Amino acid sequence: MGSASKVIPGYRFTQGVTFFYISLILLLPLAAFVLFATGMGWEKFIGKAFEYRILHGYLVSFACALAAAIINGIFGLILAWVLVRYEFPGKRIMDGLIDLPFALPTAVAGIALTTLYVETGWLGQFFYAIGLPSAFSVLGITIALIFVGIPFVTRSVQPVLKDLEPEIEEAAALLGAGKWLTFRKVIFPELTAPLLTGFALAFARGIGEYGSVVFIAGNTPFETEIAPLLIMTELEQFDYQAAAAIAIVMMAISFLILLSINGYQRYRIREQGV
Amino acid sequence: MATSIMQNRMFSSDSRAKPELAPVSAETLVKWLLIFLSAAFLVVMLILPLILVGAEALSKGWEAYVAALAEPFAQKALLLTVEATVIAVLLNTVFGVASAWLLTKFDFRGKAVLGSLIDLPFAISPVVAGLFFIMLFGRMSPFYPTLQAYHAAVVFAVPGIILATVFVTFPFITRELVPVMEAQGRSEEEAAATMGAGGWTIFRYVTLPNIKWGLIYGIILCTARAMGEFGAVSVVSGHIRGKTNTLPLHIEILYNEYNFTAAFAVASILVFIAILILVLRNMVEWRTQNRRIQRQRPH
Amino acid sequence: MKMKKVFSLALGVLFAAGVMAGCGTEEKAATENGSAKEFLNVSYDPTRELYAEFNKEFTKVWKERSGKDMTFSQSNGGSGKQARSVIEGLEADVVTLALAYDVDEIAQAGLIKGEWLKKFPDNSAPYTSTIVFLVRKGNPKNIKDWDDLVRDDVAIITPNPKTSGGARWNYLAAWEFARRKYSGDEAEIKAFIKKLFKNVVVLDSGARGATTSFVQRGQGDVLIAWENEALITLKDSSDYEIVAPSISILAEPSVAVVDEVVDRKGTREVAEAYINYLYEPAGQEIAAKNFYRPRNKEVLEKYKYQFPELSLFTIDEAFGGWSKAQKEHFVDGGTFDQIYQK
Repeated sequence: MGSASKVIPGYRFTQGVTFFYISLILLLPLAAFVLFATGMGWEKFIGKAFEYRILHGYLVSFACALAAAIINGIFGLILAWVLVRYEFPGKRIMDGLIDLPFALPTAVAGIALTTLYVETGWLGQFFYAIGLPSAFSVLGITIALIFVGIPFVTRSVQPVLKDLEPEIEEAAALLGAGKWLTFRKVIFPELTAPLLTGFALAFARGIGEYGSVVFIAGNTPFETEIAPLLIMTELEQFDYQAAAAIAIVMMAISFLILLSINGYQRYRIREQGV
Repeated sequence: MATSIMQNRMFSSDSRAKPELAPVSAETLVKWLLIFLSAAFLVVMLILPLILVGAEALSKGWEAYVAALAEPFAQKALLLTVEATVIAVLLNTVFGVASAWLLTKFDFRGKAVLGSLIDLPFAISPVVAGLFFIMLFGRMSPFYPTLQAYHAAVVFAVPGIILATVFVTFPFITRELVPVMEAQGRSEEEAAATMGAGGWTIFRYVTLPNIKWGLIYGIILCTARAMGEFGAVSVVSGHIRGKTNTLPLHIEILYNEYNFTAAFAVASILVFIAILILVLRNMVEWRTQNRRIQRQRPH
Repeated sequence: MKMKKVFSLALGVLFAAGVMAGCGTEEKAATENGSAKEFLNVSYDPTRELYAEFNKEFTKVWKERSGKDMTFSQSNGGSGKQARSVIEGLEADVVTLALAYDVDEIAQAGLIKGEWLKKFPDNSAPYTSTIVFLVRKGNPKNIKDWDDLVRDDVAIITPNPKTSGGARWNYLAAWEFARRKYSGDEAEIKAFIKKLFKNVVVLDSGARGATTSFVQRGQGDVLIAWENEALITLKDSSDYEIVAPSISILAEPSVAVVDEVVDRKGTREVAEAYINYLYEPAGQEIAAKNFYRPRNKEVLEKYKYQFPELSLFTIDEAFGGWSKAQKEHFVDGGTFDQIYQK
C-alpha cells in the first residue's frame, strides 16, 4: 500500500485496529441494513425515497440543520476564543457548561425547550411578540438543533487554539500588525480545519436528530415534518423497507457532505504543506 | 481553594497573553463584547433549559425529588447507564487514538473516505442506528437461530445497549484528536523515530503530552453523549423495567406515565453526573498547570 | 512488536467482554422447558400502572395456584413500537397492546398462531376505553360534540394517527360521526375530517406528547384523548373537564399469548393463566381502578360513577375490523394522507 517510506511506526497496527473496529461496529451492521432494504427492489425504493412529501421532509431537515450549524459555527468560534484567550469571573463555569447538551437525553432537552419557546414560555413571549412563532415551526426545529449541536464547534476549536504557538502572534504584533489583521491572517487560517470539522459534525448531527425535535416541531406534513419523523412513521406501519429507503437516502447525502468537507481539508493541507 | 485555582490559572495564562501592544481600550471593548455575546448565547440556549429542568424536578418539593431517585428501578437504570458508558468510552478511546494516529501520521489513498466513514455515525439518525443492530442480531437476522441456540441474547439485552452506545459515540475522540494532531504536524514524531524510538515510546512521550487536551475533551464529550443517548438505545433495549432500562429510557417511561416531576428529577441526575465529570477535568487541568508552574519556577 | 500483539489481543478481549457482559445475566433467564423463572408482558404506554399493580397481585396468585415462584416483568412503549420489538426478537410471553392491528402484525410475522382474536372472551380485550374530549375548566369554547371541532374558532390537539396507534381510534371515531351525519357521503365525510385536522395546531407523535402540549403548554382548546388518560389528567388537576361526545368508538386494547415464545420457554400455562386472570373479578377491579372500563358487569356497576355515559360503537360494526380500517385510512396514500395532499 505504499507504506514503505513511512518513518513513524505504527501504521500497520493503527490501521489494523481502525479497520477492525469500523468493520465490526459500523460496516457490518450497515451492510445488514442495506441488504435488508434492497430486498424491496429498485422501483419501490425510488418511489418511496423520493415521494413528494418525503422530499419536503429532507428539505426541512437539511435546511434547519444547516442554519443551526452556521449559528453554532459563529457562536462556537466566539466561545472558544473567549474561553481560551480571556480571563473573567465565571469562566470555568461557562467552560463546564458547554458539554451538557450531550448529557441531557434529547427528549428532556426537547421538552424543556418547548416549554421555554411556546407562546407563553419565558422566551417564547418575546419571539411571538415580534411575530416569530418560536415553537411548532421551522424556527423551533432550528432552536432544538442549535441546542444539541452546541458542543461540537467549541470543543473542536478550543484545543487547537490552546496549542497555537503564541510566538507567531507575538511576531505578527511586533511587526506592527493590528489585532484584527493578526487574527484574520495568522490565527484564523489555523482554525479553519477544526472549525469546519465542528461545523460538519453539528450539521450531520442535526440532520439525523429526532428525539429533541419532535416535541418542538409541530409535525405538520409539508410544513414542519422532519425526515427522521417520516422514518418513524413508516416503521409505525411496519414498513421496514420504506423506512430503510428514506434512511439510506439521508445517510448517502450526509456522507457526501462529510466526504466533501474532509476532502476539502485534505486538499488544503496539501496546499499548505507544499 | 477556588480562589487559588483562579489565581494559578491567571498566573499561568498571563505569561501567554502578555505581549499586547495594540491600544488597550478597543481591546477591552472587544473582549467584553465577545464575553457578553458568549454569555448571552449560553444563557438563552443552554442555561435556561437547564434551569427549567431543575425547576420542574423540584416543583413538588425535595421529598418527591428524593423519592424519584430512591426508586429501585431508577437506581438499576443508573447502574446500567454507568456500565454501558464506561465500556463504550474505554473501547472508543483505544479506537479513537489509533484511528487519529492513522489519519494524521500517514498518507494513504482513501483517507478522506475513511475520515468520513468515522464521522458517519453522527449523520445517522440514532433510531436507524438502532435498527442496524436489530437487522444484524434480531429475529429477522440469519444469525438469530445460532444466537438462540447458545442462549446469547444481543438485542433486547445489555450487549445490544452497549453496542448501540458504542456506535453512537465512536467518532468523538477521533474527531477531537485529528485537528490537534494535524496542527502539531509530524516532525517531532519523525525526529523521535529517526533516533530509534519505538511506536509506544513515541506516543507516550512525544505525542501524548501534546494531544492531552484534545483527548480529554474527546473523552468527556464521548462520556456525556454515551450517558444521554436515547434514540438508538431505545430501539434495541426492549424497555424491560429493572433489566434493560437505561436512565434516559427510564425518564421516558416516567414521562409517559404522566410523572413529569420524577422524569425531570431523574434527568437532573444526568446533569449532575456531567457536572461531576467536568469538575474532575478541571482538577486535572489545574494539577498539570500547577506542576508546570512549579517546574518553571527554579529558572 | 510483542507489545502490539499483546495490545491487540487485550483490545479484542475487552471488546468481547463488553459485549458478553450482559449475556451472562440473560442466560439465566432462558432455561429448559417449564423451569423458566422470568415472564414478560410487553404492553403499551398508559398501562404501566395497571400492570405494575396486576403483576404484583398475580405473582401471589400464581404462587398459590402452582406453587412456583416467577418474576413478572413488563415493558412499556408506543404500541406499534412494542409490537415491532416483539417481531424483532423481544421475548414477550404475552402482549397487551392498544389495538388489534399491532397484534395482527405480530401474528403475521409468525409469532402468534391461529385466530388469536377468538382465543379469549370479548375479542381478546379484557377491558375497554373510549375517546372523549378534554377541555379547559368551564368549557370556554362550549364544545359539546364532534361538530364543534370543525368550527373555525376551535384549536385541537390530537396525536398523529400514523405514528400513534391510540390516535387511530380518535380518527375513526370522528370519521364514523361524520359518516352518520352525512349518511355516508364520502366527499362530505372527507371535507369534515379535513376541516377537523386543519384545526389541529400540534400534531404530536404520541399521546403523551399531545397531553403535554395541551396541559403543560396551554396549546389548543380541546384534546381528543383516551378516556383513561383524560381521567388520569383530571386526577392530578382540576383545571380541566371531560366532555363526552354524542357517540364514540369502543376502544378495545388487545391481549394475546405469543405462541413462539411460550412454546420455546415452556410458559404457555402461566401465560394463559395470566390473561385469564385479567378477566376474573380481581383483575377487572384492577383495570377499573386504573380507569379502564371493565367487561365484568358487577365491577362496572361498582365503578360506573367515574365513566361518562355515551353511545359506543365497535370498530367491527363501523369499519369491518382493523385490517380493513388500516388499509383504507392509515396506509401511505390512505384517507389520512389525503388530508394533507397537495
